[in-house]
Amino acid sequence: MLKKSFSKEKWTEALIGLQSAYKVFVPVKEGDFHNFRLLETGRKPNFEFQNTRLSPKSVILPQSERMFEYTLDESKEDAHVVKEAAKDFSPQAIVGIRPCDAFAFELVRINFDNPQFQDPWWVRRMESTILVGFGCNDPCASCFCTSVGNGPFSEKGLDALMIDLGDRYLVRSLTSKGEAFLGKVEFGAEADDALLKKALSLPRAAEKKISSKVPVDHLRGKGVNELFNAPFWERVSFACINCGTCTFLCPTCWCFDIQDEVAGKEGDRIRNWDACMFPLFTLHGSGHNPRDKKLQRVRQRFMHKLKYYVDKYGNGPACVGCGRCVQHCPVNIDIRKVSELMNGY
Amino acid sequence: MLEYTQKIRDIARKLLEKGTVDVFIGYRKGSVPMMNEPVLVKNPAEVDLLHWDSHCGLNLCNYLTKRADRVGIVANGCNSRNIVTHIIENQIKREQLYIVGLPCTGMIDHRAVKRTMGNKEILDVTETNDSFTVSGNGFRETFKKKDFLRTNCATCLHRNPVEYDEMVAEPVPEQEGVNPFKDIEVLEKKSPEEKRKFFTQLISSCLRCYACRNVCPLCYCPTCFVDESRPQWVGKSTDPVDTLTFHFLRAYHCAGRCTDCGACERVCPVGISMRQFTKKLNKDAFELFGWEAGTRMDQRPPLDVYRVDDYNEFVK
Repeated sequence: MLKKSFSKEKWTEALIGLQSAYKVFVPVKEGDFHNFRLLETGRKPNFEFQNTRLSPKSVILPQSERMFEYTLDESKEDAHVVKEAAKDFSPQAIVGIRPCDAFAFELVRINFDNPQFQDPWWVRRMESTILVGFGCNDPCASCFCTSVGNGPFSEKGLDALMIDLGDRYLVRSLTSKGEAFLGKVEFGAEADDALLKKALSLPRAAEKKISSKVPVDHLRGKGVNELFNAPFWERVSFACINCGTCTFLCPTCWCFDIQDEVAGKEGDRIRNWDACMFPLFTLHGSGHNPRDKKLQRVRQRFMHKLKYYVDKYGNGPACVGCGRCVQHCPVNIDIRKVSELMNGY
Repeated sequence: MLEYTQKIRDIARKLLEKGTVDVFIGYRKGSVPMMNEPVLVKNPAEVDLLHWDSHCGLNLCNYLTKRADRVGIVANGCNSRNIVTHIIENQIKREQLYIVGLPCTGMIDHRAVKRTMGNKEILDVTETNDSFTVSGNGFRETFKKKDFLRTNCATCLHRNPVEYDEMVAEPVPEQEGVNPFKDIEVLEKKSPEEKRKFFTQLISSCLRCYACRNVCPLCYCPTCFVDESRPQWVGKSTDPVDTLTFHFLRAYHCAGRCTDCGACERVCPVGISMRQFTKKLNKDAFELFGWEAGTRMDQRPPLDVYRVDDYNEFVK
């Protein structure tokens, strides 16, 4: 396994140099916040952030993706034949992903890549993607990764890990994919023992800084019906405006909707992120909506993450503790408090 | 405004104990800095949840739509104007409401505060009457509230409630000499091509999460046009044309109704200034009809009225 150290400037320069071998997605500062963007001319990576506003889930599951295309033009031989749209699965790297967001890919894998079903595009994109993590020296006050089976320097799901040592980055490969990637990165020197030793103390120091502790230990033992019918949902859901902020910002929310869009005689079949907060999410063709009330939708989101997923897969809640929904919910519905209510009910 | 908290609790307790109202809607203190959560209080024993400070920047009128019970609600200037709009649009009846009026000196722009603090994470914000103190690990800084008002509050012309049953304090002086439309005057001078570019850029980071729509008390249609599927008016992908269509149509649905409360901008997860759309329409409503939404109960809004003396030929 490779262990290299880079001055911060050289690391940025090296990433720019990688563009011929990989599509490189990096955190970019856009206005008041950071988001992952494809590194290209005119864009500069910026690693001065606690976390990006959105997780990089869209690199693997784009918010809108053309799945298929077709023509309705009957003068053409292939009229009405649905064909797979052209897709790009060339090698790519997400550099600077926080361990929580990388762990999220592991959690959602159970949905997109399991013995029964494989989502071909999700699977191929994950296969062609290298995740270069970025250890979290300063977790946010709203972070609670250590409560949900992860940590600020966790290596789960990562191919390599970047560690900020102040004036330098230490980058360690964790898989053969990561090693191949790091081998192609220009500059950098083999990290010496002093640097490796310095890095050793960082995970504990970061974990100590995590002030949010969220209880999830009793969720599995609770009865589904009891939690479903618990009286607290009314209070939890009162303020909710049923927007998509929590689901769109969430690294583990994976739901999508499929739509056909036709212009003239040419059609595209597109899948778009969807959100269980939207009434349309469950609207049946008959007009009936099994979740037509706000309370039902809010309950669904928390029950899915903190109960149904837990019961069905047995690998903890479908939440990585990134704290995005806590920080950005327009009306301050706080999953930490909801988990406490559910866990203690 | 901090002393309002105790008064709100006292009034809510009185109303709930006497049975004047069935429920009381206000804010409770939030779990993260500069955030408060709308709360529905049913029991007099719970009124101490109620809270008021300079981070109550949503619009509680949103929670009144089609309620059937008797409701106590706190309302500052803009929120009271939306309540008036709700009443004249038949979303709630005046006699169902007990409006607790709050003279308002404006809300703090949480984005501006965060921007100023840069990479320093804000862990706590406390305020006195005209200043607030931001603190975190190894820093503590005090700012003047007037330098960090939300832009709609900085140019607000109706800080006092226009409709109320009881006021928690004497009215505050209304601001004079402020121009809410300075930026719109600049926008109006642009060519159509420049305007298109401006608006396209403005919404380029939009996620279509609809927080702006859903937080707005004006958006109460049973099914929004963007959610209609039979027929489907707007595409649901992130195609900029569809996103722009959503924003323009949403804004036009608010024409002559928007009170510039700023809730839409407050909640946007990617910080879009969507008041650039609605403010132009507010300006038009004012210049063409002398109309400021929600300031009077005795007149129909200009866009839902027919008058025989209308100066436009086409309506006759």
